Amino acid sequence: MQKKRKLGRGVAIIGAGMSKFGMFKDKDSKDLFVDAFNEMIASVDKGISPDEIDAMYLGNFSNDFFTHQSHWGPIISDIIGLAPKPATRTEGACASSALAFREGVLAIASGFYDMVLVGGVEEMSKCSTSEVAEGLALATVPYEGKVGFTFPGVFGVIATSYFAKYNASHKDLMSVTVKSHSNAPLNPKAQIPYSIADMMKNKANSLKKRGKPVPNWNNEIEFLSDPMANPPVAWPMHLFDCCPISDGASCILLVAEDIAKNFSDNPVHVIGMGQGSGRGFHAAESLTSFEATKYAANEAYNMSGLTPKDIQFAEVHDCFSIAEIIHTEDLGFFKEGEGCKAVAEGLTRLDGPMPINTSGGLKCKGHPVGATGTSQMVEIWKQLRNEAGKRQVPKKDLRIGAAHNLGGTGGTCTFTILERR
Amino acid sequence: MEKRDISDTSFEKYLSEEKLMGSKCNKCNTLFTPPRPLCVKCYSKDMQWIEMSGKGKLAAFTSIYIGPKSMIEEGYDRNNPYCVGVVELDEGTRVDARIEGIDTKNPETIKVGTPLTVKYLHKQEGEEKKTCLAFEPL
Repeated sequence: MQKKRKLGRGVAIIGAGMSKFGMFKDKDSKDLFVDAFNEMIASVDKGISPDEIDAMYLGNFSNDFFTHQSHWGPIISDIIGLAPKPATRTEGACASSALAFREGVLAIASGFYDMVLVGGVEEMSKCSTSEVAEGLALATVPYEGKVGFTFPGVFGVIATSYFAKYNASHKDLMSVTVKSHSNAPLNPKAQIPYSIADMMKNKANSLKKRGKPVPNWNNEIEFLSDPMANPPVAWPMHLFDCCPISDGASCILLVAEDIAKNFSDNPVHVIGMGQGSGRGFHAAESLTSFEATKYAANEAYNMSGLTPKDIQFAEVHDCFSIAEIIHTEDLGFFKEGEGCKAVAEGLTRLDGPMPINTSGGLKCKGHPVGATGTSQMVEIWKQLRNEAGKRQVPKKDLRIGAAHNLGGTGGTCTFTILERR
Repeated sequence: MEKRDISDTSFEKYLSEEKLMGSKCNKCNTLFTPPRPLCVKCYSKDMQWIEMSGKGKLAAFTSIYIGPKSMIEEGYDRNNPYCVGVVELDEGTRVDARIEGIDTKNPETIKVGTPLTVKYLHKQEGEEKKTCLAFEPL
């Protein structure tokens, strides 16, 4: 039985920003965080001076491995002028910055600080693909890594288990890919801002140029079903089921709720927050569900007094296509075994009843792992404030959005519910 | 049997001797694979070693085309994928393992539920000896 949690005092978001996500030869972690920080400062309606910030929590998974530099808290704090104020790094694999967010909220709720900067950064693209695979595999459960699991492999296992349990197939996951790729061109920060139809045309053109035969793909599903265009990575996960390798940064400015209006005309309030831990395949309750997500969701729903029906749109951790399906079921948006059907019916489209990953998700927006958690909150912030531009959710009276972040193979999961009042 | 601490190090030493071991709580009888030094069900620390039958069935799998360096060094790549999976043992617990003796290039032919038996993949010799847990169809 989980206890009902509450904050010692309310906490609100008054600013949010992110760098462009992508693979940058000429930008390092500091440069990317400065981009995110500048956008965040500009987003504070009534303005803010950085010297009002009391402390920083920074999510970073493994720049140690990717850039051979550790201890990123004070490095980032220095470049934005916060030093000598405290800077603390949080690590929860791909959920690292959601943990920074949570620590920031708790620090303000306790009364210790009034204004805290939370964010995350990761710089992965200077490593080769196999180095990145090795770096990410450090976050699997030891028994998985030892027998040769990769991250796509972990989600491949989940997919085969899901397919067997619900009589589904790889084709059922393709609508997730098509949907993510239809949102991404509307997001100027996205790493892969192309629809599948565009990518299909580009592939055909490049084959033609090289004098190679062009297959006759009649539609996006035929393209995604062609192993030449969409080769297997860890079957049944193919290239287009997997998020890219990314660099990027994001940050959020948190304040005590009672001073939020001093800085913002339209603050966004933290009304539900949960975190859970998982145990790996050998000990998990189910191979088609993440118990850490369910624990986190339960905590956040209890705290907010809301149910899944009250969530109007969400960002979920779609590191792989099957992951989006599992999360939307674990979070209670759809019944178990019905996630694929919901996507195929268009329920999760931007203009559907339950928009999922309006940003393009990890799949297309990109996944600089330590930056992902707070970048999801940046999207929720923009949508709730009607500032999401071309990808603005068309629902009237958008008030409640949520973000789900997953670290490792479900070892760390968070769920955060945000409200515009 | 020599008394060994219940640990991953001991579990791996047993694997190198071709024994698949788990641990059992002497208070509530819960079984664990890989072995746990503490019972996470009743929090007892009164645990004992137990040898598993090495029989089970395939609960889930993946055929990996892009592997880590260690697997590339073993000769696996895009044209020669390897399979890993989760095996549900007859005793009811699960283990992660390499899956051998199946058609990794045609993974759609591999079926969840396939009955399996344990196999030990020994790498290197002497002090450096490492053994990877594997299963193959019965």
